[in-house]
Amino acid sequence: MNTATKCQLQLNEQGRLRHFLSLDGLPRELLTEILDTADSFLEVGARAVKKVPLMRGMTVCNVFFENSTRTRTTFELAAKRLSADVITLNVSTSSTSKGETLTDTLRTLEAMAADMFVIRHAESGATHFIAEHVSPNVAIINGGDGRHAHPTQGMLDMLTIRRHKGDFTKLRVAIVGDILHSRVARSNMMALKTLGCPDIRVIAPKTLLPSGIEQYGVNVYNNIEQGIKDVDVIIMLRLQRERMRSGLLPSEGEFFRLYGLTEERLALADPEAIVMHPGPINRGVEIESSVADSPRAVILNQVTYGIAIRMAVLSMAMSGQNEQRLLAVQQKEPL
Amino acid sequence: MLPQPTELIRQIAKELQQNLAQRNITDPGFIGIHTGGVWVARELLAQLQLDEPLGELNVSFYRDDFSRSGLHPQVRPSQLPFEVENRDLVLIDDVLMSGRTIRAALNELFDYGRPASVTLVCLLDLDARELPVRPDIVGQTLSLPKNQRVKLTGPEPLALELRTLEI
Repeated sequence: MNTATKCQLQLNEQGRLRHFLSLDGLPRELLTEILDTADSFLEVGARAVKKVPLMRGMTVCNVFFENSTRTRTTFELAAKRLSADVITLNVSTSSTSKGETLTDTLRTLEAMAADMFVIRHAESGATHFIAEHVSPNVAIINGGDGRHAHPTQGMLDMLTIRRHKGDFTKLRVAIVGDILHSRVARSNMMALKTLGCPDIRVIAPKTLLPSGIEQYGVNVYNNIEQGIKDVDVIIMLRLQRERMRSGLLPSEGEFFRLYGLTEERLALADPEAIVMHPGPINRGVEIESSVADSPRAVILNQVTYGIAIRMAVLSMAMSGQNEQRLLAVQQKEPL
Repeated sequence: MLPQPTELIRQIAKELQQNLAQRNITDPGFIGIHTGGVWVARELLAQLQLDEPLGELNVSFYRDDFSRSGLHPQVRPSQLPFEVENRDLVLIDDVLMSGRTIRAALNELFDYGRPASVTLVCLLDLDARELPVRPDIVGQTLSLPKNQRVKLTGPEPLALELRTLEI
């Protein structure tokens, strides 16, 4: 699916969000609106009553065809803080193993009258497929699909960078590790590019880089000491052991020796640089334990910001769907 | 033809002092509703010569027309720099019309705690209520034709502007 088609599928006729599937093609204004809205929701999270009534009476259905702990629980918390009713289904352990097709599973879920689905799937493009086939006015949110995209993770990383570092147009950002299998890396590269980051670096061994990575407008390094020099932000990726086919790497120990983030290597970055990681972290594989626990690491802040970003995306998509529904009614009965 | 906001606020300040004194309220917390209400509240505090922290309330997440009009793109977080629980509050808005904003504001306030009392102050009352909401102190009541609205511009200087809607 090309950028224009992807973009069109996600926006309503007024250009507002109605599905959230990928950052590909979304304009800077929209990404900034998501970040601004999330900032406001962060304040809600600090109150005695951490709930607002925006999605009262709505049903959000989390459908996870692939395991996840933090994405699933933060989506659940986000929907609950918006006062929606939430159901979470771990489909990896249910119907698909009995041979049900994706569309049949979807039709069954639609019959439960959910207003929104948050979907994680191991196949790239699964959420786009669902968004194309779902009934009108049901919003689809991508909770991660295959190697393709993890747009809410991308946006929570952007919120983390903006809250700690401010203006994107003055930053050097390095993404380190298994770029090839990482949907987080893809979403981050797109978001950084759209938000105007002038120096995006990806650091990885050749075997863990997708071909044609240059199309993202990034600078590629195979040597971490060179790549990390003077950067303001370091995003470490998890070594995707469960995705790793044999032969790409000699061993985890070898990976740590060549690409692990140690205190020594961190010293090459800007003295104020922050260290991020989407979690779960593999201590001693991609990151040294003392770095993960240092004050420079903002890994736990990322989790908190993730709730706010998910609240922003859920409420914006709901509002976009409602707007579209009203438009459709008006077009049928001209005033 | 429209009144001067600072003049109205001077009169509001006087009335508010009397009102609070009569009810034995000595240390109320002041809260303005974004954005016009915050401007009015700042001016009101200045005229009362109070150096109190001002609470700012953004009711976007509590509006009943959210599903129609969506979030305002520049939605800014609410900030209450004091405890609401058991406190006497003065809630300040610029223009009172349907009463829906005040309904949303009260709902939001109660998510912070249970105030001892809420006194509602409005710069203007457009006399077009859709909900049973009544201001305690109001600068001036105006009756406008259906297609006209008043907007407060500011914060420096505060001024009122008449706008005509296309219906």
